Formats: sequence, C-alpha cells, structure tokens
Amino acid sequence: MAYNENILNKSIDPAVHQMLARAETLGLETVWDRYEKMLPECGFGELGVCCRNCNMGPCRISPFEDQGPQKGVCGATADIIVARNLIRMIAGGAAAHSDHGRDLAHTLLLTAQGKSGGYKIKDETKLMALAKEYGIDVNGRSKEDIALALAKNVYAEFGKQEGYVQFTRRAPDKRLAVWQKAGIDPRGIDREIVEIMHRTHIGVDNDPVNLILQGLKASIADGWGGSMIATEISDVLFGTPTPTRSTVNLGVIKADQVNIIVHGHEPVLSEMIMAASNDPDLVSRATAAGAAGINVTGMCCTGNELMMRHGIPIAGNFLQQELAVITGAVEAMIVDVQCIMPSLGDLCECFHTRFISTSPKAKFPGAVHMQFNEEKALEIAKSIVESAVDNFTNRNPAKVFIPDEKTDCMAGFSTEAILAALGGTLDPLLDAIKSGAVKGIAGVVGCNNPKIKHDHGHVALVRELVKNNVLVVTTGCNAIACAKAGLMVPEAANTAGDGLKGVCQSLGVPPVLHMGSCVDISRILTVCAAIANALDVDICDLPVAGAAPEWMSEKAVSIGAYVVSSGIFTVLGTVPPVLGSPLVTNILTHAANDVVGAAFAVETDPIKGAGLMIAHIEKKRQALGL
Amino acid sequence: MSQPKEIFVKTDRCMGCRSCIIACAVAHSESKTLFGAVAQSPGPKNRVYVEWVAPDKKVPIVCRQCEDAPCMYACISGAISRNEKGIVVTDPDKCIGCWTCVMVCPYGVIGRNLETRKAYRCDRCPDRDIPACVSACPTGALVYDTVPAYSGAVRKQVSQALSKAEGE
Repeated sequence: MAYNENILNKSIDPAVHQMLARAETLGLETVWDRYEKMLPECGFGELGVCCRNCNMGPCRISPFEDQGPQKGVCGATADIIVARNLIRMIAGGAAAHSDHGRDLAHTLLLTAQGKSGGYKIKDETKLMALAKEYGIDVNGRSKEDIALALAKNVYAEFGKQEGYVQFTRRAPDKRLAVWQKAGIDPRGIDREIVEIMHRTHIGVDNDPVNLILQGLKASIADGWGGSMIATEISDVLFGTPTPTRSTVNLGVIKADQVNIIVHGHEPVLSEMIMAASNDPDLVSRATAAGAAGINVTGMCCTGNELMMRHGIPIAGNFLQQELAVITGAVEAMIVDVQCIMPSLGDLCECFHTRFISTSPKAKFPGAVHMQFNEEKALEIAKSIVESAVDNFTNRNPAKVFIPDEKTDCMAGFSTEAILAALGGTLDPLLDAIKSGAVKGIAGVVGCNNPKIKHDHGHVALVRELVKNNVLVVTTGCNAIACAKAGLMVPEAANTAGDGLKGVCQSLGVPPVLHMGSCVDISRILTVCAAIANALDVDICDLPVAGAAPEWMSEKAVSIGAYVVSSGIFTVLGTVPPVLGSPLVTNILTHAANDVVGAAFAVETDPIKGAGLMIAHIEKKRQALGL
Repeated sequence: MSQPKEIFVKTDRCMGCRSCIIACAVAHSESKTLFGAVAQSPGPKNRVYVEWVAPDKKVPIVCRQCEDAPCMYACISGAISRNEKGIVVTDPDKCIGCWTCVMVCPYGVIGRNLETRKAYRCDRCPDRDIPACVSACPTGALVYDTVPAYSGAVRKQVSQALSKAEGE
C-alpha cells in the first residue's frame, strides 16, 4: 500500500507506516502529532540557557549579545546555566539507572533471605564470581548465605560515603588513574547524584568546569555502578544471557491470543509476568475465553531483558508503544518504570486495552494500578495476567489491525556469551582487530526521538559501520531498530565489509550483537575493559567509538557522559541543549580529550556520524601501530 | 503628520519561546495578569503567532495593519474600519461572522472567537504604550517603531557590516 509522504517521513519501518495510517483513519493522536504541535520548540530551552533553579527567576540568557539579558538575576552566565542544566540531566539519568539497580539489589536481598515470592538464584557461577570480586568468603557457605552477603555489599554501594564503588575497579588501572587525577572516581552512587543537586542549587558551584567534572563523576557511578549492578544482579537472578533466536516488530502481536505487552525497564516485573503467563490455570482460563493462548511480548528495555534471556519477542521500540495499543489486540499494557508515555492512558481508553501500572514510583492517568511487590511477586503477577486474560472477551474484532511485519533476530550476547562464541578467549577477536579484518568496535545505543525519522538514525549509522568492517554492539532502542532491520541474524554478515563478514561467518554470529537493555551498556564497558587489559592499554587507546543516534532521555545524557569518561569517543545524533554556552560546548567536544581522553561530537546525519566514528577508529589503530 | 509605529519582525532573532503569545493573551485577559489569565474561563485569546519553518527557523506573525487592508475592503457588513490611531478594528456589533476577512488576509492572523462568534485580531494593545508582544520579546525579534526609524537602524547596521567587510 502506498502511504503519503507525511507518514513515510516519520519512520523507516513499514509497520509504523501501516499503524500511522491506521491512527489517521481512527483519528488517534500519536507522539508525532504532539511533536508537530509543539513546534517551534523554545530556542532558549534548545540552547540550555533557561534556569528555574530559584524563584528570583525564571531566567534566560539571550544568545544575542546586543539584546536581552546576558546574566541571570543571581549573575549566572550562559556558561554556568548550561553547565548546571546539563549535569542535572546527568543526575536524572544516573538516578533512573541506579534506582533500577537498587531494585535488583533489593530483590536479591529478599531472595537470599527466602522472602521473595518466586525469585531464585539462577546463575550460581556469576554469584560466585561477584562474591569473589567483593572479597566475600564463599567456602562452606550456602548460595543463599553468599547471596545475602553480596546483596548487602551491593546495596551498600548506593549509600556509601567514602572509598570507591567496587565495579569501577573493573576499569583498567590506567583509566582509574585518569579518574583519580581528575577527581572523578565516585565515592558512592547516591552521593554523587545528591552532590549534583547541591552544587546546582542557587549560589553553590558556579564554575562550569567544576560542575561538569561532578557530572562525569556521577555518570561513572551510573555506568560502572548502578547500571552495572542492575546488569550483574539481573544475571544472578534470571540467568546470564546466551545467544537465542527471537522475532521483533508489531507483527509479534497475535490475533488469536491474549496479548500482554510488558513495557518499561526492570526484569523484576517482566520475568514474573512471563512466568505467570505459563501458569496452566491461566492458560486454560485463556482457552476457555476463546483465545489460543497467552502471548507475552516486550516493549523497550524490559523487552530487551526478556528477549536476551528467554527469546521473548519484542513488539517495538520507544516510538512504537502507542502503535501497539492501536492494533486493538492488546489485552494489557503492563508497565513499570521509565520511557512510558503518559499518553497511553487516553489511548487505551479508545480500545479495550487495560493499562496497568505496577510500580509505586510510576503512576499514570488512565491506568489501573496493581502494585507489584517482590515478596508476593508471582501471586501479584498471576492476578495481573488474569486481569489481561479476562479482558480478552472485551476485544472488539472490528478494531483489530495488526501489521504483518516481524523480523527474525538473534539476541543474548552478554560478555560471557561473546567470550563463549569466541571459544573462551578474546584472542580471535583481538587477532581480527590486529589483522584489520575487524577495524574496530562501535557501541551504538539510545532512544528514539521524533526529531529524527524513526529508526533511520540508528539503522543508517549501523549499516554504514558494518559495511566498513566495524563490529557493532548495541543495546536499548537501537538494538530493537537493528533487529527490525534484519541486522541481527548471522546472514546479515552479507551486508558487512569482507573482513567483518568473514569473522561473522566463521563464528556464526551477526555483525550487530544485541547486548541487552540500556543498563546493559555496562556489558559494553566490561568488554572494553577486558580488551584494553588484554592489550595493556587504556580504553581511550582502543579502536572503539560510541553513538546515540536518536537519543532523547536524561538517561542517555548520563550514558554519553560515562562512555566519554570511560575514554570512548561518542557521536550524538540529536543536539544536546548546550549550544547556548560556547565554553561548555568546547569542553564537551574538545577539552574533554585532555581530561578523560575522549570527547563528544554532534552529527545529525547518521552517515556522516558513522564517518566520524570510522575516522576515529582509524586514528586509534594508527596510534596502536595496527 | 507624524510617522506611526509598526510592529516589525526580525526573523533571525526569534527563539520560538512564545513569550509574545503568552503576553498577548495576558494583555487581552480580564485580569491582565498571567495567573489570572490562566484561571480565566473561557481563556483569553492570543493574536500573535509563531510559525516553524524547517529545519530551525521560527517566525512570529502578527497583523501588519496593512495600509490598503484587504480585510477592510472585503468585509461585507462594514464591520472593519481604521480608527483614529490608524489601527484596523472589527466592530463586534457589526461583525456577522462570515469569515470573509479570514479568506482575504494574506497573513492568516484573524481568529474566530467561539464564545462571541466574532472575528478577532491584533488591536495593537490600545491601553499600552508598547504592544505586549514587543515588550515580552527577550531577544528583540519584535520591534515597535516607525518605518523611518526601523529602516534607519537597518541602514546603520548594513553600513557597519559593509565598512567592516571593506576593511578586511
């Protein structure tokens, strides 16, 4: 079917085209409509020069020197305001990731105490490895006992006042030395986030450089702290991912089944929903209602978590959440935290879909709140699934419209799985990098953003990298975009340059490796640290680069900051709100090189963005004598 | 005869913050205060607009108070006239809501008030020395001045740029 240009310009995904046409027919509003209504977006906000941190304002600095205020009421310049606003974004992002990590630590604690309602310690190998890392005595102790000690240690990372966050010690010594020299080795996870809020209060830190250093410090506490804890403890509880086959895109929603979409981020909820959906009583209840079964699919990062560990299909990435509801075939949209659009409430009211919120931290207009609690996890999950099953008979078949699009993919490439695919050692990968068959590695991550044609930023950039023999590792909404584009099957090696193609074919892996959810960018850090250690160099010396082609969230700002702090050049595909300060812009894009050995670049054209990454990788190869 | 002032738009200065829109609505509210205006029901109407031109241009649009105003000539009920200050005004008692003025307005700045069922547009803030939108603009994208003064400022600017270019 032919669609109008207005629809075609919004996404590269045919399933999105179909659903947008459907939304138009039904007169339903989506994120793209709201974005268009928001235009023009305020230039002061775009430049980052508005400040609402005290009530002498709100203040805003005119970008034109001859007209309008050049200082806020307190005297803050554009440089100060932009730096404060930027690190408050980092605080928001680091808080979100880390609170996710905290929830996992809490679940581990309850599980170790025998108080959790259905969770188990699934990966004892990882439990033991982490215990060893924390210096916990494992001899003669039960796994519950060890898990309890680990949970207490991990829990303590958040409120720690002094010392260091244990997982930061996974970074190469050279990197640690860089952090210590710059004074950005975090002392505790919550402490660095709180300190951002203190420093950005009226009349505290007014030195843009000092402010940004604190931002980097908090971001490291996220990447090598909160996020890494989320990843590692999830692996202990739910298993470390191994390569698994799955399918992705809206076509995974099934017309003849009870469709449950788990949307949000934490596997603590989605794992239990998945378990409950296999409950024989609920399955027969679904059958009795006329459904062929219960179909659990994922949306956004909680989908990535389930796909990585169980091959559960994903219905779509961030900009597809509303479209999933518009299929009219979703009995329940079950959400926990992060990246859940409040618009879902109104939208679900146009269908029979039950919008079910579960976290005490995240309530939504129009949602039914069925509060989740780890101590009664399975019991609550069953009642949530039951509510979805009972909603099946309310479905109006005339309103059902499910696109056919779905694509096969291979996911589950944890660090451990990559090592296993390489035969237990990094050597084959290092050899491929040294020989030039693989030029380097790119971590491509991040959100969707209606400012960029949906998935185009992701897919065009990744294709260009792969074509140029750069192995891509990915998480989050980029991973889902790549999976939909067919880049995550071993056969996609055919789209790669000759060197990468050969490597992928000999290992039987895709050229784009799905490493998980957004907190799992910590897995990418672990891989980089391992490669750097193997070559006895710092991470900033490696032929690696990062990109967030369609980023929009505060979490992405924190991610960008910790990736750059880790020594990895990072290309942003949407412009961050910092251009109001030439000083801050210069720090981020140039001066950061002198402090952490890496910097940001902004490039809204994905092909050019890939070009910057490839040029950087070539430069690093040369410096290493490769 | 003295030169009347007009609202000029410097499109390269607009940040798209819509402060002009808010100030316009407040100036046309009962309380004339922001907090009063947001509480007013039905809400006050703004008469200035900010349009977006891809990829990053933001353009404030306001009634030009055309000398040869098409709306004034097109109004079949004779509701639109020019007042003693040179402002084109619609007499609500005469307006029959036929929207002919909307059809002929080259700037698209005439609105429809659903409550009064009359047309409305910029009235240049008769109670104020400087129109609210101009006062509110934080970057000077809206300028309230006479044609000679505005053109003079433009000439001054361009001559500075020219002499600078020649000097280089």
